[in-house]
Amino acid sequence: MDWIVQWLWLIPVLPLVAAALGAVVKQRQRRLAAFLAISSMALALTLSCVAFVNALQHSGQGSVVRQTVDFFWFQFGDTQMSDTALRLGWVLDPLAAVMLVMVSLVGLLIFIYSLGYMAHDENFARFFCFLSLFASAMLGLVIANSLLLLFICWEIVGLTSYLLIGFWYHKPSAAAAAKKAFITTRLGDLALLLGIVWLYSQTGTLLFYDGGHGCLEQSALAKLVAQTTGLGMGVSTGIGLLIFCGAIGKSGQVPLHVWLPDAMEGPTPVSALIHAATMVAAGVFLVARVYPLMAAHPVGGAAVPGALQVVTWVGVITAVFAASIAVAQTDIKRILAYSTVSQLGFMMLGLGTGGVAVGMFHLITHAFFKALLFLGAGSVIHGCRDEQDIRRMGGLRKLMPLTFATYAVGMLALSGFPLIFSGFWSKDEILHAAHGWSTPAPFYLGCCGALLTAFYMTRQVCYVFLGESKAGVSPAAEARAAHAPQISLSVGALPPDGGQAGCLPHSPHESPPVMIIPLFVLAAFSMLLSFIGTPAWPWFQGFLSGGSTTGGLGKLLDPQVLGLMVLSSVVVFSGLGLGWWLYGRPSMRNADQPDALERFQPDIFALLKRKYYVDEIYEGSVIRFNTWGARVCDWLDFWVWNGVVQLLSLLVVGCAWLNRSFDEYVVNPGFDEGCRRLTKGGALMSRFQSGRVQTYLRIVGVALTVLVLFLIWGCTAS
Amino acid sequence: MNAPPLLTLLTFIPAVGALAVIGLAQEQKRLARWLSLGCSLLALGLTLVLWHYFDSASGDLQFQERHSWVPTLGVEYRVGVDGLGLLMLLLSAVVVPMAMLASWNIEERVPIYFALVLFLQAGLFGTFTALNFFHWFIFWELSLIPAFFLIKLWGGPLRSSAATQFFLYTMAGSVALLLAFLAIYLSTGKFDFTELADMGRNGTLTSALSAELGWRSLNSRPLSLIIFSGAFLGFAVKVPLFPFHTWLPPAYAEAPTGTTMLLTGVMSKMGVYGFLRILLPIFPEQMHWILTPLLWLAVISIVFSASAAFAQRDLKRVLAYSSINHLGYCLLGIFALAKFTGIDAASATAKSAALNGVFLQMFNHGLTASALFWFVGLLEQRSGGLRGLDDFGGLRKVMPAFCGMMGVALFSSLGLPGLNGFVGEFLVFRGAFPLVTWATALSTLGLLLTAVFILTILQRVFHGPLNQAWSKMPDLTLKERLILLPAIALMFVLGIYPQLVLGVINSTVVQMVRERTF
Repeated sequence: MDWIVQWLWLIPVLPLVAAALGAVVKQRQRRLAAFLAISSMALALTLSCVAFVNALQHSGQGSVVRQTVDFFWFQFGDTQMSDTALRLGWVLDPLAAVMLVMVSLVGLLIFIYSLGYMAHDENFARFFCFLSLFASAMLGLVIANSLLLLFICWEIVGLTSYLLIGFWYHKPSAAAAAKKAFITTRLGDLALLLGIVWLYSQTGTLLFYDGGHGCLEQSALAKLVAQTTGLGMGVSTGIGLLIFCGAIGKSGQVPLHVWLPDAMEGPTPVSALIHAATMVAAGVFLVARVYPLMAAHPVGGAAVPGALQVVTWVGVITAVFAASIAVAQTDIKRILAYSTVSQLGFMMLGLGTGGVAVGMFHLITHAFFKALLFLGAGSVIHGCRDEQDIRRMGGLRKLMPLTFATYAVGMLALSGFPLIFSGFWSKDEILHAAHGWSTPAPFYLGCCGALLTAFYMTRQVCYVFLGESKAGVSPAAEARAAHAPQISLSVGALPPDGGQAGCLPHSPHESPPVMIIPLFVLAAFSMLLSFIGTPAWPWFQGFLSGGSTTGGLGKLLDPQVLGLMVLSSVVVFSGLGLGWWLYGRPSMRNADQPDALERFQPDIFALLKRKYYVDEIYEGSVIRFNTWGARVCDWLDFWVWNGVVQLLSLLVVGCAWLNRSFDEYVVNPGFDEGCRRLTKGGALMSRFQSGRVQTYLRIVGVALTVLVLFLIWGCTAS
Repeated sequence: MNAPPLLTLLTFIPAVGALAVIGLAQEQKRLARWLSLGCSLLALGLTLVLWHYFDSASGDLQFQERHSWVPTLGVEYRVGVDGLGLLMLLLSAVVVPMAMLASWNIEERVPIYFALVLFLQAGLFGTFTALNFFHWFIFWELSLIPAFFLIKLWGGPLRSSAATQFFLYTMAGSVALLLAFLAIYLSTGKFDFTELADMGRNGTLTSALSAELGWRSLNSRPLSLIIFSGAFLGFAVKVPLFPFHTWLPPAYAEAPTGTTMLLTGVMSKMGVYGFLRILLPIFPEQMHWILTPLLWLAVISIVFSASAAFAQRDLKRVLAYSSINHLGYCLLGIFALAKFTGIDAASATAKSAALNGVFLQMFNHGLTASALFWFVGLLEQRSGGLRGLDDFGGLRKVMPAFCGMMGVALFSSLGLPGLNGFVGEFLVFRGAFPLVTWATALSTLGLLLTAVFILTILQRVFHGPLNQAWSKMPDLTLKERLILLPAIALMFVLGIYPQLVLGVINSTVVQMVRERTF
C-alpha cells in the first residue's frame, strides 16, 4: 500500500493541530494564529494533491479502486460470539480524492481571503482557530471509511458552523441564527443517527468498504434488500431514507432549508466556505457516499429504488422553490444563500436521476463558482461599508472593476452560460440525466429552476454593478457600522485611521490584493473545470466510476446531447435576457423604487419576498408547539405530579392529626379517667393499710369471731 | 483470603476522615478543608490502585472479602466489585473531591460540612461494594442522612421543605425496598445478592415466593410482581424515574453547589446501580412481564423532562431536569435488556452494546452534570446569588475562558461526538434500537429537545449584547482554571478514547449478558 494512504489521516489532523494550538494562542498573536491555520491548510492541500495523483494512478482499470486503512476504536460485547470491535477508518477512492482537493483548495483560498476581510476583528485569532477546526472535520468527513466516523465529523462541522455563524455573538440576530442552524440540522441528524444504528444492527458493521464485508458491499446489501419493514418498504430503502434525512438537514433541502439563509449572519468568508462550498455540500457527498445503499433494490423490483425517487423529488422541488425565493430578495448574501439551496437541490436531482458522477460534478463546479460569488459579495460588502442591500448599491462596475470582472465570471458560471463556464456543463449533465428518468416532470422543473437561476443572478448583477450608484447607505448599515467597529474597513484602500477624513465617507472602494487574488484563482477554476466533464471528454465521470473515458468531439453532435445543450442554452439566454430587460435596461435611480416584478405582480412578489411564509409557519406550529409543550410539562410537573405528592403528604399529615386528636381527646382523657379511678381505689384501699397494730388486731379478732361462728353454724346445720 | 482488604479500607478512609474532621474546632476551617480534601484524594488514589490491579479480562467479582456476621440470619459481611462496581467507585472518588473544591467558599460550620461529605462518601463506597443486602442497606441509608443535613443546613431559601421532601420521598422508597427484601428473606432465607441472582435466573425465586408467602388466592405472578414493585420503587425514586421525580428539582436547586454535584453526580447513580445489581439479576421475569409500561416510563422520563427543562428559568432547575433526561437513557438501555430474544449472536451483541452504553452514560453523566452544576455555582458566586436564565447575557465578552469551558461541558451534555457524552448515548441507542425499536425512536426526540435547551442557555447567558450590570464580572482565575481543567480534559479523553473505560467494563457486561440470555 502506498505511503500516502497510510498517512492520509494527516490531512485532517494537520488543521486540527492548528486549531488546538490556535485555541491557546493569545488573541494578540494574530500573525501566529493566521500563520498556523494557513500553513496547515497549505500542507493539507499538498498532501491532498499527492493523494489525488495516487488515485489517478489507480484509475482507469475498469473498476473503482478503494484503498482503506482501518483502526480499532473500542470493543463492546463478546468477542467469541461475533465481531464486536468497533473499527473506524479512512478510504482513498476517486470520490474522496476529488473532494479532498476541492475542500483544501477552496479552504486555503478562503483562509487567505479572510486575512484581509477579518483584518480588523478583535477575535481574529479565534476566527482562524474555528476555521481550522472546521477544515479538519470537513476533511475527516471526506476521507471517512466508516459511517460513524463520518457522523462524528458531520456533527463537528455542525458545531463549527454554529460557532462561526454566531461569531459576532454580541448581535442577537447572529446568536439566534446560530442556534436555529444547529437545531434545524440536528433534527435531520437524529434521523441519520437512527439510520446508522439501524444499519449497524442489520449488517454488524459501519465500515463502508472492508474487503467484501463492508456495509456498502454486495453481501451486506443483498441482506438488506432481502428484508422488508412493517410498512412493506425494503430495509435498505428505510435506512436510505433515514440517512437522507440527515442530508436534508445539512444541505438545506426543503423542508429544513430555513436555517441556511439565516446563517448568512456569519462573516462572509464563513458563508463562502461553510455555507456555500463545503459543509452544505456534505449532505450531497453523504448521499454520493452511500449511493450503493440508496440504489439497492430487489431484483425485479421497481425500476427506480424508492430512496432515489425521494432524493430526486426533494432535490427538484428544492431547486425550484429556493430559486423562486431568490428572485425577490434584496440582501446580496441572502440571494446567494437561496441560490445555494437551489443548486444543492440540483445536485440531489443529479444524484437521484444520474448517479454519483452527475451530482458530484455539479458539487465540485458549484463549490468554486459559489465560493467566488460569496467572496465577491464579501468584497462588495467590504467596499460599501457593510451595506448588504442590493438596492442601495449600483454602478460598482467602475469603482470595483476587479471584483466586477470576477463576479461576472461566477455569475455566468452559476447561470450556466454556454461552453466556457463550468456551470453550464454540470447543469447540462443533470438535465440530461433528468431527461432520461422515469417521469418527465423533474426535467421540466429543472429547466424552470435553470431559467430562474439565470434570471435572479442577472437581477442581482444589474442592481449591484450596473446602472448608477445609489450609494445611500441605509440607516441599518449605518447603525451596524457604528456599533460594530471591528467589522469595518479594509486595509488597502483606506488608511486605518486619519485617512477617513480625506476620503468620501461612503464612496465604495476596491478591496486589497489579499482579497482579490483568491477571487481570480477561483474565477480561473470556474472556467477551467468545464473541460473535464464535457460529453466530448467525460473524464470526471470516468474517473469517479472507475471506467475509462470514452468521448470524442463527435459526442457533442449526437442529436440528443446537442438538442439538450441547445435547449439549456435557450433557457439560460431567456433568463439572462429577461433579467436584463427588467433590471438592466431601465436605469434605477432611487433605492426605494419598487421592484420591477413588484409593480407587475405585487401579491406573488410579496409571497416570494416573505419566502412563502415558511418561517412564519414554523414559528406558528413547531416552535409554538415546543414552547407550549414545555409549559404543559412544567405545569403538569408542578400541579399534577407534585400535587399528587403534596396531596399524599397532606393525607399523611391529616392522618397524623387525626391520630393526635384521637390521642388527645379519646385516649388521653380515658387514660386520665382510668388513672383517677385507680387513684381513688388506691386511696380507698389504703385505708386498710393504716399501719396501726391495734386496728389490725381488732380486725383479726373480728374475723376470728366470724369464722368461729360460721364453723359452728356449719356444724349445727349438718 | 490473604489479600489486603482493600475495599474495606477504601470505605474506612472517608469514615475515619469524617470522624477526624468533625472533631475539629469551628475556627479550624483551613485544616478541615485540606484534611477532607486529603482524605478524598487518598481515596481516589486507592481507587486508582484498584483500577490498576483489576483484572479486566474477567467479569467476576474481584477483591472479595467474606466474613460471617450473623450466621443464623444469613447475614454476612461480603464485599467485592466487578467492572460496574469499580466504575462507580471511580466516579464517586472523582466527584467527591470536585464537590469539595466547589464547596471551598462555605464559611459556616466548615468542619461539620466536610465531615458530612466524607460520611456520604463512605456510604457511597459501601453501597457500591456491598454484596449482602444487610449491610448494603445500611450504607444505602447512611448516604441519605448526610445528604439531608447538607441540604437542610447549607441550602438555599427553600431548603427546609426541599430537604424534608427529599428525605421522606427517598425514605418511602427505602421502606418499600426493605419490605420487599424482608419478603424475599422470609421465603428464601437469603440476603446474598449473588445467591438471589442465581435463584432469579433459574426461576426458583418466583416459585419460592408463592410457596412461602401464599397470601389469599394470589398466585405466584401477581405476588412476585408486588414484591418486585416494592424493590422497584426504592430505586425508581432514587434515579429518579418519572413520575417519582418531583423531589429532584427542588432538592437540586436548593442544595449548595457541592451537594448538588454529589446528588446528581453519584447519588443518582445509586439508583441505576440498584437496577443493574439487584433488579435486573433478581427479577428478570418480572421486568419482562411489565416491559411495555416500563419502557413508557423511560420514554416519558426522557421526553417529558427535556421538555420541562426548556420551561425552567433557573439554571439549576434546567440542569436538574436535564439530569432526569440523561438518566432516562440509562433506564431505556436497562429495560431493553429485559426483552427476551433467544440466544443468538445479534441480540447478545445488541444487549452488550446497550449495557456498555449504560455504564458509560452513568460515568459520563456523573462527570458532566457535576461539572455543569459547578459552573453554575461559580456564576452564582460571582453574581451574588443570581442564577436565572434571563439574569445574564453577553457574558462571553467579559469571561471568555469561563464560557469556553462551560461550553465544552454543555456540548458534552448535548452529546456532541468527540466529547464523552456521545459514545454512551450512541451505544445505548445501538443496543436498544433492535430490541425495543419504537421506544428508542421516540427517545431521539429527547436528544433534540436537549439541544434546544442547551443552546438556549448558551444564547441567553453568553451571547447577545452584554448585560451592563455584569460588565465587571471577573473571568475564571488561574486557580479555578487549573482546578476545572482535569474535568474538562477527562471529557475529551473519554470522548476520543472510550476504550479506556470500556476495556475495563466489557468483561462484566459480557458476563451479565451471558447470564441473562433467555
